[in-house]
Amino acid sequence: MEFLNEHLLPGQLGHFFVLLAFVSAIFATIAFFKSHLAKSETESTAWLKLARTVFFIELFSLLTVFAFLYYICANHYYEYLYAYKHSSMELEPKYLLACIWEGQEGSFLLWAMWHAILGTVVILTAKKREALVMTVVNAAQVFLIVMLLGVYVAGTKVGSSPFSLTRNELEGAIFSRPNYLNFIKDGIGLNILLRNYWMVIHPPVLFLGFASTLIPVGFAFSSLVKKDWGKWVQPVLPWALFSGLALGTGIMMGGKWAYESLSFGGYWAWDPVENASFVPWLIAMAGLHCMVIYKSTGRALRASFVFTILAYLFVLYSTFLTRTGVLGDTSVHSFTEAGKMMNILIGIYVLGVTVPMFILFFRSYKQIPAIHKEENISAREFWMFIGSMILFLAGFFIIAVTSLPVYNNVFGINVADPPDREFTYNKVMVLVAIVVGVLTGVGQFLKYKDTTKKYFLSKIVWPIIISAAIYLVIVLFYPLKYAVKGPGFLFAINIALFACIFSVVANFYYIQSVLKWKMKAAGSAITHFGFTLMIAGMIISSGNKEVISDNSKTGLFIPFDKDPTGRNQENPMENLTLLKGVPTEMGKYTVTYVSDSASPTEKTRVFYQVHFVKKGSGEKSVENFSLWPDSYKMKDNNLTSNPDTRHYLTHDVFTYVSTISVQNEEEDTSAFKTNLMHIGDTAYYDNGYIVLNGIEKNPNNDRFQFSDRDTALVADLTAYSKEGTSYKLYPGLSVSNMTITFLDDTSITQNMYVRFSGISNGDEFKIGVKEHKKLTDFIAIKAYVFPYINLVWLGLIIMAAGFLVSLLHRANAPRPLALVSMVVIVGALIFLFLFANA
Amino acid sequence: MRLQTTPDKMKTSSIVILIAIAAAIGGLLMYSVDFSTYDTIQSAKEKQGKYVHLIAKLDKSKPIQYDALKDPNYLSFYAVDSLGNSAKVVYFNPKPTDLERSERVVLKGRMEGEVFRCDNILLKCPSKYKDEKSVLESNISQY
Repeated sequence: MEFLNEHLLPGQLGHFFVLLAFVSAIFATIAFFKSHLAKSETESTAWLKLARTVFFIELFSLLTVFAFLYYICANHYYEYLYAYKHSSMELEPKYLLACIWEGQEGSFLLWAMWHAILGTVVILTAKKREALVMTVVNAAQVFLIVMLLGVYVAGTKVGSSPFSLTRNELEGAIFSRPNYLNFIKDGIGLNILLRNYWMVIHPPVLFLGFASTLIPVGFAFSSLVKKDWGKWVQPVLPWALFSGLALGTGIMMGGKWAYESLSFGGYWAWDPVENASFVPWLIAMAGLHCMVIYKSTGRALRASFVFTILAYLFVLYSTFLTRTGVLGDTSVHSFTEAGKMMNILIGIYVLGVTVPMFILFFRSYKQIPAIHKEENISAREFWMFIGSMILFLAGFFIIAVTSLPVYNNVFGINVADPPDREFTYNKVMVLVAIVVGVLTGVGQFLKYKDTTKKYFLSKIVWPIIISAAIYLVIVLFYPLKYAVKGPGFLFAINIALFACIFSVVANFYYIQSVLKWKMKAAGSAITHFGFTLMIAGMIISSGNKEVISDNSKTGLFIPFDKDPTGRNQENPMENLTLLKGVPTEMGKYTVTYVSDSASPTEKTRVFYQVHFVKKGSGEKSVENFSLWPDSYKMKDNNLTSNPDTRHYLTHDVFTYVSTISVQNEEEDTSAFKTNLMHIGDTAYYDNGYIVLNGIEKNPNNDRFQFSDRDTALVADLTAYSKEGTSYKLYPGLSVSNMTITFLDDTSITQNMYVRFSGISNGDEFKIGVKEHKKLTDFIAIKAYVFPYINLVWLGLIIMAAGFLVSLLHRANAPRPLALVSMVVIVGALIFLFLFANA
Repeated sequence: MRLQTTPDKMKTSSIVILIAIAAAIGGLLMYSVDFSTYDTIQSAKEKQGKYVHLIAKLDKSKPIQYDALKDPNYLSFYAVDSLGNSAKVVYFNPKPTDLERSERVVLKGRMEGEVFRCDNILLKCPSKYKDEKSVLESNISQY
């Protein structure tokens, strides 16, 4: 059958370039390795030239594939499954990139592109090691690009092409019509949670980090093959630092995204997907420290090899965890069930790269030089090594717990997540934070090989005094209040906070007193300063996080059903209902749900204006702002909500909509239904009955201020609802100048108006009842205050700056280049983290 | 002068011991992780008060009680598991929007008497897995 209006050319070209990239990767691997094996210089150069040419074809092909994928998504060519699944008409152009990262194929493509781009840098800089490093890079590319092939080998589909056609992949009656495309009006579109500018930026940075961990493996390989053992460490250091920078920043960008667009209320939840990127970073950092030890003392070379390979192994293992659906019930990230084939392909990738590396390593183990001389306990390298081990063990612990679903699958057991997942990690990581804080602080004042007691003590005394003073000020004026997990944990986070403050101070003091502000050498001190500042910020912002939407404090909460289990009173009820237009007390704020408005571009996205007013000591408001959290109904009817946050220098006010009222389109046309009641009589309404308790003449109380000169009557009513709750209602009427004024009363929860409309026969009272058919408009929100959360972002930026200083220093970057890259990268991070969404 | 005078030096073997200790601590920590279990309603009832994961379905024949106007932090409904047992579930949080449409729920919490007191609900909605072929197909056959 001929199908109409299809655009098949871009897909055919795209698929061709996938195949070309795949074949080039195979040839480049062989050619680069041949160049190493070549006996003569000329032969080697010839192979190298060929290999580079093929490699650049591979790079070009990948970029072209990307361009075609972008093209079909941007033009909404729904004949392609990828465009149908991930793009939609209403999608703003800035999110088109995010729509490419959203899919499996797109993210593998991104990863392969980074490998190729980093490979180009290797060709430009690695000199004698180029051939061997590039052998590894291209071998990895082969494994990676296989996943984009989507070709049938002996009846089995290998990989999944981003250019496969909707009509080939899906079954459906419409595909029997030549003009089926006329019926597919729109694509499914990008998940709303991913519609955030961080989703455009953070996956590329994270994948750059993942890709960068391959290069050290290549350098390690080059030394194992050349048998020049420790010679790879010097050239690999800038790469290891780059991994720390890219992966570390990428992870925290993910955290910032979660903070801004997920409603779990924070930047870190120990979700498997988060852990999966954090663990490789921890192990890569253990490796980085071992490399530095080796460079200064000749020790820890074997450990450098092991950690370098392990870091990459865990990058791949993470991919396996997050991409194969094995996590199933444990992750909020609803990733795909990619099928058996994907598991096998990723498995082959893991084994194909790491197993040969380990075989090479263990075969040469005895030959790799190691210093067997005893180590000084006062030597910096000793404590650095301990620190590396701690980082590694921390990573190992995290991945061991995260892998639970894998054990279930492998061993056929049925164990579930611990009850309190976050605390399971936190209680261990707080100990790690203590050790890391102490070591990164003390370590700066230890010298390699040996430290004299006098030097050490003279340097350490001021940081201890200053940090103790700062800590004391915090304890006195702003103590940590996180007592939910018992005094033991509160004590532990206090120690961790002190350790981190100590490290911040010690590293600052080191720059000041030892380095004398020679910033070129200050990379490690800046990094440690930033890292521990970030951890301190995390402890303070999470430890003193405040739920302000506490329903139990507002009086609006009406118990209506006896809770069969007896509600735990300590458990705060964290969601607060806001009726449209009714100001409600919430913590220090008075909040009002003012209005809702549909987004101009996205039809089913609704923004809710929630107005916050904070009263000062007088009646003057000291704070006055509106937040616009939203709710969004996806095409597949999935409802999600994005939070909105008010940023201050010292804290953030964070809120999101947890429930919305379902609007009934019916107009409110019902009229008052009048009941004639004696005192004590009962009248019925839809949801219960009303009792007239009495009539008061000219009442003077909180609500009404009448005097004897007035002519006013107020009915005292009680409404009893079917749910067993009761409400007081006081409708009134007053007569002045021969006109009657009705003072109606309402019960919002019962959607009811009551009117006291008159007296008949002397003792019968006319009580009018009007019920809304329309539900009351309300939202329930959850709101937090995160104190000092800017310390987290500031710490991260400083840490990134430190990595960059070290990296440029180690790579001997020329001064202008160094300055420009510092300004650009740090400037971009400051803008993104602190200003872009403020 | 050294930081530590006697013994002046630390043997490499001591490092190995240190690592072994660290590993042992790591092992203990792992042991301290309080894993939970997947249960049916029946087996959860037998483990009163113990934290479990229930895999069940929403019982659509019984009412879902939730009124955010009165209390946004109280939800109760009935769950049935694959063996046909049923239990009342209470949850002190807003109702997950897609509860009614969920195919399967994973409920985390404790059985207290006849009532399951839940602190986390994971929904398995057909719509969440838009990459699943069947979902895309049902979507495309709407046309």
